[in-house]
Amino acid sequence: MSVLLAFLAAALFGTGTFLLLQRRLSRIIIGIGLIGHGSNVLLLTSGGGRGLPPIIDSADPTDFSDPLPQALALTSIVITFGVTAFLFALGYRSWKITHDDIVEDDVEDRYIARRVVVDQMVAEGEAAAREIELDEDRG
Amino acid sequence: MFVLLALHLVVGTAAIASGRQLGRWAFALAASAPAATLIWLLTQAGDVVDGSPAVARFEWVDQLGLALDLVLDGFALLMVSIVSGIGLLICVYAIAYFAPHDPAGDDTETEAHHPRAVGRLAGMMTLFAGAMLGIVLSDHLIALFVFWELTSITSYLLIGNDDTNPRARAAALQAILITGMGGLALLAGLIIIGQAGGTYRITELVADPPTGSIVNAGLICVLVGAFTKSAQAPFSSWLPGAMVAPTPVSAYLHSATMVKAGVYLVARFAPLFAIAGSWRVLVLTVGSATMLIGGLRALRQTDLKLLLAYGTVSQLGFMMLLLGTGLDHIALAGVVLLLAHAAFKATLFMIVGIIDHETGTRDVRRLHGFGPRWRVTQFCAVIAAASMAGVPLLFGFISKELALEGYLEHGDVTGAAVVLIVIVAASVLTFAYSARFVLGMFGVLAAPDADPTDIALTRDAHAPGWLFLAPAASLTALTLAFGLVPQSLDQFVDAALGALHPSAETVHLHLWNGFTGAFVLSSIVILGGVLLTVFRRPVAAAQRSGAAALRFVPTADRSFNALLRWTGVTARRVTATVQNGSLPIYVSVIVLVATVVPLIAFVGDFDGFPQLVESPVHVALVGAMVGAALAASIVRRRIAGALMLGAVGYLMAGLYVTQGAPDLALTQFAIETLSTVLFVLVLRHLPSSWSHRAPAIAAPMRVGVSLAVGATIFVFALVASGARDNVAGPQQSEVMIDSSLPKGKGHNVVNVILVDFRGWDTLGEITVLLVAAAGAVSLARTGRRRGDGGPTLEELLDELEPATDVDGAVDRELDDLDVEVPR
Repeated sequence: MSVLLAFLAAALFGTGTFLLLQRRLSRIIIGIGLIGHGSNVLLLTSGGGRGLPPIIDSADPTDFSDPLPQALALTSIVITFGVTAFLFALGYRSWKITHDDIVEDDVEDRYIARRVVVDQMVAEGEAAAREIELDEDRG
Repeated sequence: MFVLLALHLVVGTAAIASGRQLGRWAFALAASAPAATLIWLLTQAGDVVDGSPAVARFEWVDQLGLALDLVLDGFALLMVSIVSGIGLLICVYAIAYFAPHDPAGDDTETEAHHPRAVGRLAGMMTLFAGAMLGIVLSDHLIALFVFWELTSITSYLLIGNDDTNPRARAAALQAILITGMGGLALLAGLIIIGQAGGTYRITELVADPPTGSIVNAGLICVLVGAFTKSAQAPFSSWLPGAMVAPTPVSAYLHSATMVKAGVYLVARFAPLFAIAGSWRVLVLTVGSATMLIGGLRALRQTDLKLLLAYGTVSQLGFMMLLLGTGLDHIALAGVVLLLAHAAFKATLFMIVGIIDHETGTRDVRRLHGFGPRWRVTQFCAVIAAASMAGVPLLFGFISKELALEGYLEHGDVTGAAVVLIVIVAASVLTFAYSARFVLGMFGVLAAPDADPTDIALTRDAHAPGWLFLAPAASLTALTLAFGLVPQSLDQFVDAALGALHPSAETVHLHLWNGFTGAFVLSSIVILGGVLLTVFRRPVAAAQRSGAAALRFVPTADRSFNALLRWTGVTARRVTATVQNGSLPIYVSVIVLVATVVPLIAFVGDFDGFPQLVESPVHVALVGAMVGAALAASIVRRRIAGALMLGAVGYLMAGLYVTQGAPDLALTQFAIETLSTVLFVLVLRHLPSSWSHRAPAIAAPMRVGVSLAVGATIFVFALVASGARDNVAGPQQSEVMIDSSLPKGKGHNVVNVILVDFRGWDTLGEITVLLVAAAGAVSLARTGRRRGDGGPTLEELLDELEPATDVDGAVDRELDDLDVEVPR
């Protein structure tokens, strides 16, 4: 582990996040790819400093680099690829439908934000209270 | 006792489940639970009255000392008698109440009389009765709270049983919001008291009640809970609203039982805590205000049921005044009032239900006097109302005399004189609204210029059948019997009082106590009540002008609605801000929370930088990767961005080589090639550069979020690597290296880990790939189904307008719904 590699992970995460915050699906995919690389750097460096490839009988085991983070990173690489491939398909479909790859605002969410259900509920209660008051005035 | 609680649960669910088949006869099934309880009660009554409470214990989690304790002492005996006795009568009554014969009201209440709704009602009432028994039997504060909340929930469901009626929904909501709020206060109070006392058992608290300022705070919380439940001012507004429920529910929950839960709790705690802190001041102030306000508002009602509801509010205030003082002589009056009130108020509610059922109205302006077949009903109503008013020879008179006598001769508390005046004044009001009930029923208050159909409506009304009237008649018989021969209750009342005040004198109830001060006050009450009734028109006019003058004073009702409105508006504003539909904004919020919060923790663990650079090759690699990453985020052409990502990937492979990870390097190399090919395949279809579109978030904001994330990762990487060196003992990796050859039969440790030591992980990874592949293929294939007859999805969507105009789409949707949007 060195400050330099920590900086590399930070840079990959930072640029990845920057891309993730955009509307374009293709840029989001690139962003996720960068973040994936960044997390692999983190995984790798969590195994301590550099060493020799962990292959038995090729060297003294004390000189090996840590094999466990490598196995984890390998899984991570493959899964990142799976996610990326899925997002590619999503982008392709988005283009097929809208001829664009913009991630639109969610209409449902915008609608919920302007819903009036609560007011209706309150209005029912207020109407009932008013009715009782009016009844009393007549009686 | 547990069997009885379980029986209520079983019978209740059975009644709900079989509602469709049984219809109103579900109440016959429901009646079995209170009937069984009453029989069991008879077998226990002798011992309990003799002073040995029945106890039951259920060990739940022994190791944690969790057990459920039920105790049937004298006071619980009295409460259970009310809950199950009235419950049984109400079940019988409800069978007739929900009979299909419904001359005028069938157009308004068809939904509520639907067999399933009726079955649900019967089941819910049984479940409620079980919860109510739980309250009065529980010896554990938390168990009591659980049952307490169960009654709130069943009450909510019962008020809102007719869910097509907006008023029922509003009333149910108001009831559960107010009692639920009180329930939370109660929970806090009970926990404070339990912790301070070192036990949650009521019997143990009685032996050694805790004291101190923290206990006083807890008691105030408990009182808030009791006040909301028993509809005390200023929390009383939900009770009149709850009258939209069918009459059996109102008679049972909202006059005879549930609303007395608060009184019950106050009665249990008063002997222990009345002398502490602000208990008495609070109880006496709130009780007095409630008793007066309830009486004043009851006098103004034209709806007989609402009149009774406000009357109940007033009487509940009265009970608080009697049972909340913690003095045995006054509590005696309260115990008797509990019984008397259950008898006369349930009768009156049942009679209102009969009138409503047979004529379709409860409005005194439309009731014009009934035919001769209604004599028995009218007799019951007069007796019950007279008992409520405190007329001698009736049960209500006994309790009122005891109350006046208690405050006159034993009321050595601050403000006793004021409370006595309040009781007398409110009793005058009670007499007046009782009289109003009777006059209304006899048609004296009918509107003079009524149309003839209305007159015929009451005159020719079908008289109630014997089943319909029997419950009210039997309660009337009790009111008369206990009024004439109160001595018959001596032992019963004595046991109840003894459970609250062990040192109380033996109870001797008398019909006639001689010409005492209390009798003089009783006479004043009756005289005042008669005067108020005779001069009811000027009184009503005075009340109207008084109400008009107070128009601008916020009532509890209006404050409640204003609070509700404010909460709703605020919640909507918060939602509109937080949940605005923009993915980038959601991602920013998530990412900021996920980075900033841990960053605070990481900084504390930071202990120095590691070496700056491990190997000179890294400088070149890292420089190139950072450059490529920056370029990927800036370039305007898609293909350039994709290639920059590929460059980062290949450089990663190089980094793996330098770190001694050849497997990673190979995998990365293969995958990166595949990704780039895929990307180019997709990009072939897309336009080459981004078209201009305003981003959801301004660029500086995006840069800020990205920098925050980068900073957190930097600190995290440094702190995490430092943490690794602090681990003692052999590391997992060393174990794996050592056993790779002997156990995994492989030289390449990474491969052995993947296929052997962590084989399940790899299986999961393969599954993820398969799922992703299946998803990707099905997504990519959509829109290719040309030539199979119908239009493709793509074509269908093309016909629609492009979905880019979000606000337009929302506006159109709202226009369709025809609702007004405040902006």
